[in-house]
Amino acid sequence: MSATVTSPPWIRRTVSALDGLIAPLALLALWWFASTRGWMPEQVLPPPDAVASALVDLWNSGDLTANALISLRRVSLGFAAGAAAGIGLGAAMGLSRRTEEVVRPLFTAAAQVPAIGWIPLMMLVVGIGESLKIIVIAVAACVPVTLNTLAGARAVSRGFYEVGAVFRYSRRQVLWRIVLPASVPQVFTGLRFGLTNAWLALVAVELLASSEGLGYLLVWGRQMFQLDLVLAVMLVIGVTGFALDAGLAFVERRLQRWQTP
Amino acid sequence: MIRAGAAGRGLILPAITLAVWEVLSRAGLEDPHVFPPLEWIVQTAWTDTVHASLVGNLLASLGRCAGGFVIGGAAGLLVGAAFGLSQTMRVLFHPLFNALKQIAVFAWIPLIAMWFGIGEASKLAFIALATFAPVLVNTEEGFRRAPAGLLEVGAVLTLRRLQVIRRIVLPSALPSIMTGLQLGLIHAWLGTIGAEFFMTAGPGIGTFVAEGRDRFQMSQTLVGVALLGLVGFSLQRGAQAFERRVLRWRIA
Repeated sequence: MSATVTSPPWIRRTVSALDGLIAPLALLALWWFASTRGWMPEQVLPPPDAVASALVDLWNSGDLTANALISLRRVSLGFAAGAAAGIGLGAAMGLSRRTEEVVRPLFTAAAQVPAIGWIPLMMLVVGIGESLKIIVIAVAACVPVTLNTLAGARAVSRGFYEVGAVFRYSRRQVLWRIVLPASVPQVFTGLRFGLTNAWLALVAVELLASSEGLGYLLVWGRQMFQLDLVLAVMLVIGVTGFALDAGLAFVERRLQRWQTP
Repeated sequence: MIRAGAAGRGLILPAITLAVWEVLSRAGLEDPHVFPPLEWIVQTAWTDTVHASLVGNLLASLGRCAGGFVIGGAAGLLVGAAFGLSQTMRVLFHPLFNALKQIAVFAWIPLIAMWFGIGEASKLAFIALATFAPVLVNTEEGFRRAPAGLLEVGAVLTLRRLQVIRRIVLPSALPSIMTGLQLGLIHAWLGTIGAEFFMTAGPGIGTFVAEGRDRFQMSQTLVGVALLGLVGFSLQRGAQAFERRVLRWRIA
């Protein structure tokens, strides 16, 4: 027996693999009716086909590709920098209690402020150029990567270290041959959180201080009162965010194939 | 002794940071508006507290955060429970929710601002939206995780459906629900900061920070950012304490 409501048979029969489409299609139909029948003014709710044609226009004019590439470039650079720093910091703290005692308090204090909270402060220090975006995204990615790498390094079984001691591994060998391979799953958990955070920070920083990129397209659409453009860009942001996470999940599965479950 | 040593070592980096900061600003190597001497920062914190602008802004942000959290949290609990209890609901609406969840939450801000203006309603709507998803996800998971053994006991005792939910499903869902509410609170605070940065009408700590940037006052910005962190930290601690109290009846 399960806690789930057992629906009448006729409902269950209708419930098939495609049922997940019912609600989105119903929403789409409602949206279409609401906008074409004039229940809501077009400035408040543009019809779905307006959104579709906004998307096509964006694509044809090349604006979509150009801005998406700028956003992707920023998120790649920021994420790479943040992830590298996070893995380094996490491994350093994980390997040495002394390092952890020195670094952890400041790290914890700084991590209390979410990455977007630092944006105005960073603007004062580095201006609103490209480095602002990279730094904010890197900070966003760094925190979860650091914490998960640290936890992963700590969770490496004693036995592995003892084997390393028997082989007289140097510190570097311990890091590369024992700690990193053994903590890959945990590091990847951190990387996935980090990438999600990085994407979120990218959208935030582009909304606040940018003249190009997907976030800027949203701002521009709003200023022009073109809601169809705003909705089209939201769609692109959703799909891209999903694709980034799915891509990293794919890499994760490939890298961990050697592990016995 | 060891603990005192560890605490002491923890102070090394902050002390170095402060020293470098002070040297940068005193030596005139950097613009004193960007790297103000520490004394100015403390002074800003003090005068703004005394002149109540900081307190007023803080209270405005906290009120907003609480309002959005309650709205978004209640909605998340409700929909999460529906998803957890009814397979029909889940099959029909879960894909839609999953699709919408992919949109980075800040991307909703321009849309919300166009629908609700840039006043209080927009901020509340955005904070509620930020709270909604984590509460929903964890509530649903909790409801679906009722142990099969206990459900069988319920069946043996021929408990009615409502009794099963109240006596078995709800208690076993509670830890997960609390996790969801805790995450929701963190997201609500993140949403508050975001809402105040983007929609800068009305008081708030985020507005205070953004204003410091507009006026090129690093000390004001820095005091505001420190407060952002402090509030986030306190909210998290408070939520953890609350969770421990609520879940006290659990073994271990």
